[in-house]
Amino acid sequence: MSKIKSAEIKIGLEVHCQLTNLKTKLFCSCSSDYRGEEPNTHICPICMGMPGTLPVLNEKALEDAIMVAIALNSEISDRMLFFRKNYFYPDMPKNFQISQYDKAGGVPLALGGYIHINDKRIQIRRIQLEEDPGKLSYDGTIESSTHTLVDYNRAGIALIETVTEPDMETPKEARQFLEKLRSILEHLGISDGSLEGSMRCDANISLKGGKRVEIKNISSFKEVERGLNFEITRQRSLIERGITIGQETRHWDEVRRITISLRTKEEEQDYRYFPEPDLIPFIILKDQIKEIERKMPELPDERRRRFIEQYNLPHQNAEILTRSKAMADFFEECTKLYEKPKEISNWLIGEFLSYLHDKGIEIDELRLTPRHLVDMLRFIDEGTISRKMARSLLQEMLLTGKMPDAIIKEKRLEKILDREYVRNIVEKILKENPQAVKDAITDEKAINYLMGKLMKATEGKIDPKIAGEIIRERLSELAKFAIS
Amino acid sequence: MIILVERKKGISKKEIEHVAWLARIEISKNELELFSKQLNDILAYFAKIDKVDTENIPPSYHVLDLVNVFRKDDVKPSLPEEIFQIAPQTKEKFVKAPRMA
Amino acid sequence: MSRYIELPAYEIVDRIKAHELMAEDYIASLYERIKRIEKDVHAYITLTEDLAIKKAREIDKKIEKGEKTGRLCGVGIAIKDNICTKGVRTTCASHMLEKFIPPYNATVVKSIEDEDGIILGKANMDEFAMGSSTEHSYFGPTHNPWDLKRVPGGSSGGSAATIASSMATLALGSDTGGSIRCPASFCSVVGLKPTYGLVSRFGLIAYANSLEQIGPITKDVRDCALLLSCIASHDPLDSTSVNKPQEDYTNYLIDDINGIKIGVIREFFGEGTQDSVEKGVWDAILKLEGLGANYQEISLKNLHYALPSYYIIAMSEASSNLARYDGLRYGYRIPDKSYDWSTVYSKDRRFGFGFEVKRRIILGTFALSAGYYNEYYLKAQKIRTLIKKDFEMAFKRFDVLIGPTMPILPFRIGEKVQDPLEMYMCDVDTVPANLVGMPSISIPCGFSMGLPIGLQMMAPPFKEDLLLRVAFSFQRNYPTLARLRNYE
Repeated sequence: MSKIKSAEIKIGLEVHCQLTNLKTKLFCSCSSDYRGEEPNTHICPICMGMPGTLPVLNEKALEDAIMVAIALNSEISDRMLFFRKNYFYPDMPKNFQISQYDKAGGVPLALGGYIHINDKRIQIRRIQLEEDPGKLSYDGTIESSTHTLVDYNRAGIALIETVTEPDMETPKEARQFLEKLRSILEHLGISDGSLEGSMRCDANISLKGGKRVEIKNISSFKEVERGLNFEITRQRSLIERGITIGQETRHWDEVRRITISLRTKEEEQDYRYFPEPDLIPFIILKDQIKEIERKMPELPDERRRRFIEQYNLPHQNAEILTRSKAMADFFEECTKLYEKPKEISNWLIGEFLSYLHDKGIEIDELRLTPRHLVDMLRFIDEGTISRKMARSLLQEMLLTGKMPDAIIKEKRLEKILDREYVRNIVEKILKENPQAVKDAITDEKAINYLMGKLMKATEGKIDPKIAGEIIRERLSELAKFAIS
Repeated sequence: MIILVERKKGISKKEIEHVAWLARIEISKNELELFSKQLNDILAYFAKIDKVDTENIPPSYHVLDLVNVFRKDDVKPSLPEEIFQIAPQTKEKFVKAPRMA
Repeated sequence: MSRYIELPAYEIVDRIKAHELMAEDYIASLYERIKRIEKDVHAYITLTEDLAIKKAREIDKKIEKGEKTGRLCGVGIAIKDNICTKGVRTTCASHMLEKFIPPYNATVVKSIEDEDGIILGKANMDEFAMGSSTEHSYFGPTHNPWDLKRVPGGSSGGSAATIASSMATLALGSDTGGSIRCPASFCSVVGLKPTYGLVSRFGLIAYANSLEQIGPITKDVRDCALLLSCIASHDPLDSTSVNKPQEDYTNYLIDDINGIKIGVIREFFGEGTQDSVEKGVWDAILKLEGLGANYQEISLKNLHYALPSYYIIAMSEASSNLARYDGLRYGYRIPDKSYDWSTVYSKDRRFGFGFEVKRRIILGTFALSAGYYNEYYLKAQKIRTLIKKDFEMAFKRFDVLIGPTMPILPFRIGEKVQDPLEMYMCDVDTVPANLVGMPSISIPCGFSMGLPIGLQMMAPPFKEDLLLRVAFSFQRNYPTLARLRNYE
């Protein structure tokens, strides 16, 4: 029985990202803001592929696409062509997709390039522009529904497709690649990854040099890692039973969390690529690329380096913060209000991030603002609350969105600083725990035990420093007493 | 001894069936017979293009020298109702297609 | 009154503007003619009489009030049924689009309406513009007004027949491989395929989009120049529309062709060209020489490969352009709801399309498919480059190139329709212009045994001025060659 090392796994991705910042679709002037709208309301004769209609390219889409190619270190073609990808499907108004191709005389937007993750380079094969199809839904499941419901609002939306080389070796790397790509696109301001369906991908995986299996229908980045992990397990068990893995296309079922074989004639698909006669070639000049490069916003890697330098952050903190534009923005907003960036970053990459992961939400879905966090940090500095209390405070803020001062007042979280008050409670505890008191004279652990009791009795509201001082004071008094 | 087999220029019945499936056109047995003869006649005629030397000749996908035609990213009104009511079958606000499976 | 319907458009415009002729009367006369002979000729698929009369009345009112009117003021126009007319059924002569009513206009239709032209109806054609005889129409063939047992040519046969029989004063057709020029030749009218990119294709239901153009079909050359001037303009909705200033082509109607160098294409007189056609065309060439032009023969060797290259490219593009017809968003849908989507599509297209369309889609799909792409599609596109180069060289020596439009006289209905390849051969002289993208005009140059012969002339891209000038001069000096079918 052979054990497969991770070095023998090859994963490649085909990522489709909508250019969500465009106001219109790729080839027509319909509004691209279709989310939440009624079906079939953002359609016109052109994106519906009605007879006699013709496509005209959105100028800004090309500019955005060039920015992506620059950010991904890709080689931009100087003469770009659009090609037709011919296949029938109910979500395709023309039963061909206007896309790009890198064979048969095709010239896509850009070839080559890379993204760094964990000091590793994931190479890009090509980047291209294409149109999104419509959306299918069913009454019931895809298998049981007697008909299919089609909404063409999404048909014609501009997509950037990024195809990688099979350089990823683990599902985790695949997820990291996608996060990095998303961060780059968000930093460029051309795509908002938090919008539903704005980023989709297909994954290719092969084990131990075996045939490539394609997994389609992965709707989110989280699902990518899950899907790939499942597929590795599935393939390994087959290999152990001596079964060879053949080349095939599988469909990721999000609900059952398995990949299903698409053993349909889709595999005999022949896309018959040829140049789109209704669109002319697009010449991209070096000067134009330089101009776009000059005006490009700061990218994640750049930002990470700046965070380290400007805010003196540890590498790890800077790296985690810049994985998401929203997180990095939040951090910088905080630094405008509070002068301890490292402190801010610790809280963000710690408690904050855990909360987001646990709840599976995005940072902009929080009711928390930079003001909330900063006020909380000030209360800690002033000694109003302990660090431990702050953790509960944070949780409460995340849940309710109330400001720190309101919660502190409401839940009476102020650290108890009154020495007289503390002394009375300490007295009570020492009386209740005579054995511990005896032990405490010699054993440090017993003091901790008493501290614990004290903390419990005061619901952690006591300033530990003061509590410690008073207990030791009292104990040494008692000790003197015992001796004398 | 090398035997050179000249590839027959034409389309077999099986190929016609496959191509008809790619093009989503159902054909009857009679049509298959008829098409087989007609298409092969036509392809035999097309075969004369093999005689031309096109080495190093680029294809002319576009006859015009036109390049870089763009449209500004400005929203114009859609035409949803007029288009939607042309659809042969609909359900609520969806276009109704046959089952997938 | 019926005299007026035989007048050319420019005279109708003058008289209506001068208030000598009421647009409503003239339009009504056209419909009277239609009622009389349409049942024999069958040039129309849809008539829009109510709309036309309404528009005519509006124009008459405008004239009364002294308001400004357009260059096509009140003229009755037939529009080929593959050009979208908003609110009016547009069928492409196909069962697939039998009930299709587009909610948008083709740009050329808007241009015509902006110039106060009046649409009389939608003209019959070969289904999806695939054919050379108008016999492949779901609605039945059009008959040649000169001999009802013969074809009017195709695919714009209906448009040409309306002009020849005065059932319309102007017409629009489309030309992918000769579909304007062929019926112009067979019906003894003028037909022009403009330079590719000169006229907007927005709203032209695509058959082969790198080859086709909408163009005028008219009684004479002046009308041709007039209509071209109205439809040839830049369209931002068409990425293949050239951005050059709009011109008035009537400025080029000069009766002077002294020194014009004419190249006679030897390959256009090859085997398959009927003697009477050859004689008729050579007579015309000699007449042009008599008017001051010089001619010389020229051989363009690669033209032997033009026809197969054309068909491979056209069928390939068609197979993709017609993929959208699946019955889901519009068009023919089978009533049975029990099949899966792939089967429904296959049946919709089986019953929605005619045989010629299905043949071309299958061949086109084949020519683009894996394993055959290089051999067919790519090869044909390379030959296209060679042919383009041949013509570029020829135009260094000559101003216009000349030959017959069709190698044969109009044939009988039913004679060629069973043999696709024989039908394709009719296009041998017209396809080069589409492959190259250059403008080409067909003008009547005589009759043989009562059947029309067409003279074809080609010029470099965007040199419609040359074609119109030579054609105008020819017609000006030999007016009797351009007869219209007389119904009195």
